[in-house]
Amino acid sequence: MRIEIKQNDFMLKLPIYLDNNATTPMDPRVLEAMTPFFLEHYGNAASRNHPFGWEAEEAVDYAREQVAKLIGADPKEIIFTSGATEGDNLGIKGIYEMYASKGNHIITATTEHKAVLDTCKHIEKSGGEVTYLEVQPDGLIDLKELEAAIKPTTILIAIMYANNEIGVVMPIPEISAIARKHGVLLFTDGTQAVGKIPVDVNKDGIDLMAFTAHKMYGPKGVGALYVRRKNPRVKVTAQIDGGGHERGMRSGTLNVPGIVGFGKACEICMLDMEADTKRISKMRDHLETELLKLEEAYVNGSREHRLPHVANISFKHVEGEGLLMGFNKNIALSSGSACTSASLEPSYVLKALGLGDDLAHSSLRFGLGRFTTDEQIEYTIKAISETVLKLREMSPLWEMYKEGIDLSTIAWAAH
Amino acid sequence: MAYSEKVIDHYQNPKNVGTLDKSAKNVGTGLVGAPECGDVMRLQIEVDDAGMITDAKFKTFGCGSAIASSSLATEWLKGKSVDDALKIDNMDIVEELNLPPVKIHCSVLAEDAIKSAINDYRVKNGLEEIKFEESVVH
Repeated sequence: MRIEIKQNDFMLKLPIYLDNNATTPMDPRVLEAMTPFFLEHYGNAASRNHPFGWEAEEAVDYAREQVAKLIGADPKEIIFTSGATEGDNLGIKGIYEMYASKGNHIITATTEHKAVLDTCKHIEKSGGEVTYLEVQPDGLIDLKELEAAIKPTTILIAIMYANNEIGVVMPIPEISAIARKHGVLLFTDGTQAVGKIPVDVNKDGIDLMAFTAHKMYGPKGVGALYVRRKNPRVKVTAQIDGGGHERGMRSGTLNVPGIVGFGKACEICMLDMEADTKRISKMRDHLETELLKLEEAYVNGSREHRLPHVANISFKHVEGEGLLMGFNKNIALSSGSACTSASLEPSYVLKALGLGDDLAHSSLRFGLGRFTTDEQIEYTIKAISETVLKLREMSPLWEMYKEGIDLSTIAWAAH
Repeated sequence: MAYSEKVIDHYQNPKNVGTLDKSAKNVGTGLVGAPECGDVMRLQIEVDDAGMITDAKFKTFGCGSAIASSSLATEWLKGKSVDDALKIDNMDIVEELNLPPVKIHCSVLAEDAIKSAINDYRVKNGLEEIKFEESVVH
C-alpha cells in the first residue's frame, strides 16, 4: 500500500513573501559582493592618500557604471543617495530651488508616492505652485490634461514610472515628448520600475529619476538620483551640504558596501530581467486568473500598462484587513484598507481611480518577486479563495448583494 | 499589528454567525456602520415572551476586531434579558478582547448594533424607542 504524500506540503516554507513592492529580499549574490567592503576594504571613498581609499573609490566607480548601465545613463549622471525618498526630495526640491528664476510651477499626479506628494506640499508652503493631475480609472494620467496644465511658469513635471500600489506603468516617453515640447524638465520616481522593466533615460527622455536598491534585491539605505548632464544639462541644488561629495549635489561619506551591493543588484537585474519577467509574469497571471474566478473580484488599474509582478485585486463585500487576518501568518501581503489607521481612510491611490470606498477597503496588493515559486502561488490561491468565501458567509453586505439589494440605496448610519 | 489571542479566536471560530428572520415580531435587527468606513455590522436578537434573549446572530463586514466584537456581543446577549442587554458597554468589549485604541470604534459599533437591535424589537412590539446619547468614540 502506498501512502499518498503531497510533496508540496513539505517543500513549501511558510510564511510566503508576496510584498515585494514594499521591499525585496537581498539576492545572495549581492550580499556576497558587499561583504568584503565591511571587513577588508572599509576605506572612505573620499580618502585620496592611501590604498584603503583608492579601493573604495574604485569599487564605487565600478558600481556607478553598473547602475548607470541598467538605465542607459552615463556614470557621471548618477548621484548616490540614501534611497528613493531622498532622491525624490533632492530631485524635486533641487530643481525647484535651482530653476527659481524660470518659474515656480510643478505638475504631478494624485497617485504619486508620499515622498513626491509631501515634497510637493513642502514646496507649496514655501511659495511654489503645484498642480495635482487626477488619473483615469485605469490609473494613467490623461496626456491632454497634462499638456493643458503647463504654464509659462512650469519648470517640472514629476510623474512616477510605475505605481507602487497598482503597478500601473505611466507613458513616460509620451510625457517626455510633451515636457520637451514646452521646455519643461521631467522627473520620474522610478522606484518600482527600475530593474523590473526596461528603463532607458535616453529613449524615455527622462531628465531626473530617483530609484533605490532595496526594491531590486539590493540592500536598504542606498539609492540613486539620475541627473541628466546633456541635452539639456540639468542641475539641482544640494539638500544636504557638507564635504562636496557626489559633485556637490549630495554630501556625506559614501555608503561603500551599500553602493557595491546596489551596483551588483543592477547588474543582476540587467542580466536576469528577461527571464525573471517571463517567469514572474506567468505566475502573476495564473494567480490573477484563479482569483478572478471568485465572484465579484476585480483588478484595480490598467492590466495592459502594468508591471509584470504586481496585481491589485478587490474582493467585493469582504474587508481587506479582515481578509489579511485569515492568512497573514502565512502570507505577507498588503491591503488597500486602512482600518489600522485612526482615519479609516482607505488607499488614496485606489480612491483616485474612482473606486468606491467599499472596493478600496476590499483590496489586496500582490507583489511577486525573483524568489516567488509556483508552489507559493498555489498555496496563496487556495488560502485566499477559502478566506474570501468564509468571510463572505460572514458578511452582511454579501448576503444583501445575493438577495439582490442595491447597497447604494441603503441609508447607512454615518459613523 | 498583532491581534490578541481572543480576537484571533473569535475570528477563526466566530460564534453565532447567521441570519434570523428579520420580519418576525420577536426578532430585533440592528444594522450599523457603513461600507465606506470599512465596517458594517448586522446583529439580531430573538426575544421570548418573558423578555429574555433566546438567540443572537451576527454578520459583519470588517476587520478582525470588528468580527470579534460582534461575535463576542452575540455570546453575551444570549440568555440575557433585554434590559440587561442594554447595559453592555463598549468598554467591556474593549477589555475582554484587549482591543488597541485604533480598534475601539469596533466595540462602539458592536454596542450601537445591540442598541439598534433592541430598538427594532421594541418598535415592532409597540414599545417606545429608546433615545441613546450619541456615542462619543466614532
